[in-house]
Order: sequence, then C-alpha cells, then structure tokens
Amino acid sequence: MMQGEELFLLYLAAGCLFILAIRGLASPQTARSGNVLGIIGMALSVGATVWFLPLFHYGAVLAAICAGGIVGTISALKVKMTALPQMIAAFNGLGGLASALIGLAEILQATSYGFEASVGLVVGGLAFSGSLVAFAKLQGGLSSFGQFRYQNVFNGLITLALIGLWAVFLNGEGLAAAVWLLLVTLIWGAAVTLPVGGADMPIVIAILNACSGWAAAGIGFSLANTVLIMTGAIVGASGTILALIMTKAMNRSFREVLFKGGHAAGQSVITGQKSAKAGDPRDAAFILENAAKVIIVPGFGMAAAQAQYAVQAMAAILRDKYGVEVKFAIHPVAGRMPGHMNVLLAEADVSYDDVFELEDINREFATADAAYVIGANDITNPAAKTDKSSPLYGMPVLDVKKAKTVFFVKRSLNPGYSGADNPLFYADNTIMLYGDAKVVTEEVVQALEQS
Amino acid sequence: MTFLYLLAIFILSCFIGYFVVRGVTPALHSPLMSVSNAISGIVIIGALLTASYVRVPMAEFLSLAAIFLAAVNVFGGFAVSQRMLSLFKKREKK
Repeated sequence: MMQGEELFLLYLAAGCLFILAIRGLASPQTARSGNVLGIIGMALSVGATVWFLPLFHYGAVLAAICAGGIVGTISALKVKMTALPQMIAAFNGLGGLASALIGLAEILQATSYGFEASVGLVVGGLAFSGSLVAFAKLQGGLSSFGQFRYQNVFNGLITLALIGLWAVFLNGEGLAAAVWLLLVTLIWGAAVTLPVGGADMPIVIAILNACSGWAAAGIGFSLANTVLIMTGAIVGASGTILALIMTKAMNRSFREVLFKGGHAAGQSVITGQKSAKAGDPRDAAFILENAAKVIIVPGFGMAAAQAQYAVQAMAAILRDKYGVEVKFAIHPVAGRMPGHMNVLLAEADVSYDDVFELEDINREFATADAAYVIGANDITNPAAKTDKSSPLYGMPVLDVKKAKTVFFVKRSLNPGYSGADNPLFYADNTIMLYGDAKVVTEEVVQALEQS
Repeated sequence: MTFLYLLAIFILSCFIGYFVVRGVTPALHSPLMSVSNAISGIVIIGALLTASYVRVPMAEFLSLAAIFLAAVNVFGGFAVSQRMLSLFKKREKK
C-alpha cells in the first residue's frame, strides 16, 4: 500500500509547511503567519488523502471531523490562559489515544507488520494515560494524590509485565495480546506519572508531548505513510528538546523526575532565629518610584493569584509617571509549562520586548535598584550556587540578590516546592511584603497613584 | 527496501526537527507545544487510511473515533495557538 507519486509530493509539501510553521516561532513577529502555514499544511494533507483514497463512508468521516473540530475549537476559545497546561496535557492525551486506536484498528484488520503498529499502540497509550494523570494533577491543585508505598516496586513489576506482553504480542499472538498490551500500557502510563510533583510538571508535559509525536511516527511506519513519519518525528523531537531544556533548567535528570517524585520534604532547614524584615506596600511604592531600574520576577504564584494585571498596572505607572525602567525576568521553569509565564504576561498586555529570559537579564540585577519577586521562590534561591547540601544546588537561578533592594511578595516565609529555605528572605536588602500577590500589588499601585 | 527508505525520512526529520525547535525563542515555548499538538493531529491521515480499507466493523468504529480525537487536536491546537500568539504585542512607541 505504497502511496502514489502525486500523494507523495503533496505530503512532502505539507511536511515542509509544518517545518515552516515551527520555524515561524523563532520570533513573535513571524509566529502568526507560521501558524497559518501549519493550517494550510494540515488542510493540504487531509484534502489530498481524501481525494486520492476510496473512502467507504464519507458521511461518517465528515461527521467525525466536524464533531472533533467543534469540540476542539470551542475548548480552545474558552480555556483560561492560566489553565493552558491542562489543555495541552489533554490534547497530548487525545493525540496519543488516537494513535493507540489506529494501532488497534490495524492489528484488528491484520494490515500491518506487528511491531510498527504496536509502537503506536504502546507509545500512544502511554501518552494517553500519562496525560490523563497530568491533567488531573494540574486541574486538582497538584498535590491531592500522588505517591503510595511500594510504588517503585509496583512500577517495576508493571514495566516487566509490559515488556513480557509486548514480546508475546510480537510472537504473533495477535488481537488478544494487543488488547492486553494496551491495558497494561494504560496502567503503566498512569503509574509512572503519578509520583511526579507539581514543579516537575513542565517536564512531564513536554515528555508526553514528545510521546504523542513518536506514536504518530510509529503509526506512520506501520502504514508506510511519509507525512506521518515526518511530522511525528518533528513533534517528537520538539517535545524531547523541551523536556531536556526544562530538566537542565532545574538541574534534574529524567530519572529523578520519574522515580523520586518531589524532593524529600525532610531536607528543609527551618532555621528559627533568623529574622526577615517586613514592609508595607507604601514603603515598597516609595522605593520603587525613586528607582531608576526595576526588575520584576514573576512565578506561578502570580498566576495562581491572578495578579498579572496588577503587576502590569504597576509596571505601567512606574514607567509612565516616574520614568522608571521596568523589565521582567523569566526563569525557564517558572509556571506549569514551558513558556507559560510569557503567555500570561502577554495576556496582561505586557509587551514582549520588556520580557527577558534568564541568561539575557541575569547580569542586569547588579545594576537594578529594586527587584520585585512575586509568587516565585526557589528560582531566586542563592543557595543553589553556594550551598552544596541544598536540594537546589546546581540549578541556574536569577541573581535577584544583587539588586539594591529585593521585595518578596509572599504569604509567609515557607520554603518553596524544593523544601529548601531561601536565605534571601533574611538578607539585609530584602523586604518581605506579606499577603496575597494580587492584593499587595494593587496596594502598591494605589500608593503609586496617590503620591 | 521500503522500511529503510522510511527510516531515512524519519531520521532526517528528527534532525530537522531538532534544529528548527532549537531556533524557537523560549518566550514562545507554550505556543510551540500547542502548534506541535495541532500538527501531531496528522494521525488523522492514519485514521483515514484505516477507515478506507475496513474489513472489520469494529476497526471502522476505532478509525472514526481516532478521526474525531485527531480533529479535536488539529482544530483545538491551531485555535489555541492563534489565540496565544495574538496576545504577544510590541510596546507602542509613545
């Protein structure tokens, strides 16, 4: 069932359009036209397939496409930007499930060599159940359920069962083995995702994203379809690279993320006698308005408190009324998925040329009069550079402490996700602004308006 | 031979994917994920193929279900990408 030459060329064109779509994301100016190229590529490949293939039930196929299109479009238009990670997780899962079902359909019809179809089945099934767990964790505030006793033993056994079943399937045991294989894969995907903690979510979402791509490539091999292979490989590479960038930004390895779960809470060092200085929003406003340069460091706490609009209002008034230079500094793992903070700030009308990545802005903290850290903690912890016993040791952090004055908007002095105490809280140039991120920032804005 | 030829396409695509994704600005990593969500909906082609030579009714049902799921991915992925990307603005010069 080789595809004809015309179809081959059209698929090749579609593959090129997908590459250009991703290439467009190199800069915000070209990104939107890139997205349009991606849409054209998809329309082209679906149109060409339908044109050259004898479909039995055009009506049913069209109905399925329309129904999916409506569901997808409505959910995409309705989703809140803070809930994006859940939506991406859900989409990864659906893509994986689609691949798994196609793999099953092929095995049912005995149209393909066993191995290739089973790759789609297993990797797709993994993406589906893993994403389901990731979705539930993101939706339910992350820590509602997680590790259980003997989890590593259980995961080891289920992995062995998976390998065994796969071998049985490849031995030509056919349909029954395939169904069992899918079931065990689903359990396996859920089991390996369950222990993953909240701050590791960006890594998991990226891995699942990659899986949905690899699954599509597997299906491509089983159907000898070039556009599936090309696109699956590109998506797989994309998710894998993102996962690698995230693990590097957290100084973690895949092994730690998947098997160790969250950092052990016992590592937290509660040092009782140190005192942190508390300030009120008026003091903060006074220092900020007299500054020449202010760097704002947002974390997921900002999004959780829906404080991004207040932060933008603060940045705008500092810039327009007081002539302060205001910049935003983003750590690669701030937020719950790669690039999440950038989208949230963009939604609050912060222009992207005021937003900088860690390596581009880290040197500027030394020349900043004030840093305003809102809803972030571990990504500013200087112990990551100096203290070998810290669970964060080795992780690249924002050099917030080099600013003349550091404001921390936080509810309490509690350690962050890593469980590590942040020595910056007790530094001489740090002022804690206790309270809800949104309320505190709004009070700062009010004070700035009045004076 | 067919397999080797497909393998060549696969491996070269991995390299292209690697270099293209490396060039994506970190600020757009979220849209990158949603765009790749959308284009991984390309499995819809696979589902169309399995639907086209159905011999088993159950396989047809599975194919249609897969078409539905992949369509959610395609439409949802592109729509949410477009929505996200429209948020990224340059500061208006005053």
